[in-house]
Amino acid sequence: MKAFIKKEFLHIFRDYRSMVILFGMPLVMVLLFGFAITNDITNARIAVLDNSKDVVTRQIIQKLVSSGYFILENNITNQNEIENVFTRGKVKEVIVFESDFANKLITGGNANIQLILDASDPNTANIVTSYTSGIIASYSMELMKQRSIAPVNINIESRMYYNPELKSVYMFVPGIITVLLMLVSAMMTSISITREKEMGTMEALLVSPLKPFQIIIGKVMPYMVLSFINLVVILILARFVFMMPVAGSLTLLLAESLLFILMSLALGILISTISRTQQQAMLLSMFALMLPTILLSGFIFPIENMPAILQYLSHIMPSKWFIIIVKNIMLKGTGILYFWKETLIIIVMTMFFIVMSIKKFKIRLD
Amino acid sequence: MSADINITNVSKSYNEVVALKNINLTIDNGELFGLIGPDGAGKTTLFRILTSLVLPTDGEVHIGELDVVKDYKKVRRNTGYMPGRFSLYSDLTVEENLNFYASIFNTSLKENYDLIKDIYIQIEPYKKRRAGDLSGGMKQKLALSCALIHSPQLIILDEPTTGVDAVSRMEFWELLKKMQKRGMTILVSTPYMDEAALCDRVALMQNGKLLAVDKPQNIVNSYKGSLFAVSANNMHSLLSDLEKLDNTKQVFRFGETIHITSNIESDNQYIEEVNKHLVSCGYNNISIKKTNPVIEDCFLALMDIETEDKDKAE
Repeated sequence: MKAFIKKEFLHIFRDYRSMVILFGMPLVMVLLFGFAITNDITNARIAVLDNSKDVVTRQIIQKLVSSGYFILENNITNQNEIENVFTRGKVKEVIVFESDFANKLITGGNANIQLILDASDPNTANIVTSYTSGIIASYSMELMKQRSIAPVNINIESRMYYNPELKSVYMFVPGIITVLLMLVSAMMTSISITREKEMGTMEALLVSPLKPFQIIIGKVMPYMVLSFINLVVILILARFVFMMPVAGSLTLLLAESLLFILMSLALGILISTISRTQQQAMLLSMFALMLPTILLSGFIFPIENMPAILQYLSHIMPSKWFIIIVKNIMLKGTGILYFWKETLIIIVMTMFFIVMSIKKFKIRLD
Repeated sequence: MSADINITNVSKSYNEVVALKNINLTIDNGELFGLIGPDGAGKTTLFRILTSLVLPTDGEVHIGELDVVKDYKKVRRNTGYMPGRFSLYSDLTVEENLNFYASIFNTSLKENYDLIKDIYIQIEPYKKRRAGDLSGGMKQKLALSCALIHSPQLIILDEPTTGVDAVSRMEFWELLKKMQKRGMTILVSTPYMDEAALCDRVALMQNGKLLAVDKPQNIVNSYKGSLFAVSANNMHSLLSDLEKLDNTKQVFRFGETIHITSNIESDNQYIEEVNKHLVSCGYNNISIKKTNPVIEDCFLALMDIETEDKDKAE
């Protein structure tokens, strides 16, 4: 078995294309996703309709611009110009201060800001809103300290939903971890097993005294190790490039990931038992695993917004449950008590796939 | 384990296609046995049944005491199999391939070095080369080494010399003879009739049936009828003109000449008839000689009987 694993590693290292997939993919994906989304927010253009033009409003605008996330595109004077500004396309957000803003805030403790967002790109709009709100909130805290006045309240009214995570990078790292683990584990395993079938080497392996589980473990081990290395690379990138810490237990995260890798590998073997050629294995992995993982797991599109039938379908996607677990550990920092159900679902799925794949693994050619 | 093989009433069909029809065959321990037949005769299917890779639709196969279906694990441990397709890892080196195959049989190159020494010394200079970069003959030698590495009692080689140059083919057969001297039972298939003479016994196979099983010499001796080798100045049209002859059973190209078989008793009368026919067709330098049949002639004669029987049955 040791020799089998060694041989499998040799295959991987001699095939530079696989190496590119294995190690290039996580880097490219994380960096692309990360910067593509964050760049949008650092350069968001805004317009201001200041009906008050006092010290406080000027300070708020100053604060927004100096945050680095926003560029003040223009000042408008009239409600009617708002639509005009949006149709020109550059401005993502218009900030409207009500008249007599400072006075109302300091004496009455209450003032209103309206955020109007270009909703053609809901993702960006969401993030822009949360950034603006965050900055305004921190300003009102400062204001209280500076002037030592009673708590003031700036009411922010926006049409966009509040995005509690603030940074989108936090949303996609769990998704990318899931997609990549699935891709490397399931697709690469299924391809490498079908390759043996196609090349005729499976014939030689089958006539040897190797037992099916030995062949399977020999095939699977190297990809398990590589997936794990991939995971670590993504986590390091998330931590040091995107400053995304792991809020919960790192050990727990790695353990859950290992479980998910195991499940993906079992799925990969199952795919290889039903496909005859490498192309079939690849297409099957793509359509049966990758697309649902990306589309139905809640990675990009919120499951709550899907039609009921797709919501049901998402329940049988192992990736959905894994994303919930990863988000819990990485973002909320919760422990196993909060997601033991999800873990259990994945364990059951894993067992099912392992039993199925060993059963379906053919000891003969026909 | 004794490695005599008993094949009893074995049939195999894939859906509609019948690959093997009621095969009965006994191969003795220590024999070098050849399975001769054209592509699609069913040789590979029979070998796969023997190596337990494929289940027979009907019938039983025993290797020594072992049933290939029930005791497939033991059968696999004691059998060396070299599939018809090159089935080594072309991205691994010669040495890595050998070590890998040794280790999956729980042995090592060192342990059985003596066994494969004769073959291995021929490929050893290339041991750091990747298997995919070897020449055809070298690949087959490596594949044979891999099939032998666990010191099996029975080795089954599926068309090991197909696509290999003449010199390598002879070398390969010499190696098989050496293996036989070590007491192994060797079962080898080939589409090349000339290799049949190198086996102890051969089975001629076609359309999933065994046409004859005997020593090569016996098969040749049992040839019925007279065989003539014909040549003339214009070989291109000779074949079709000979096919128009009366009293002639078979006409086929054989190397530089064309072999024809007579349907009548008197050889001299037949030669005269052929000569007359060819002269009337305008040939020069006509040579008609009685010749001794080789395996190929026997095979073609047997095939002919086979199709005649079939025609009658229909």
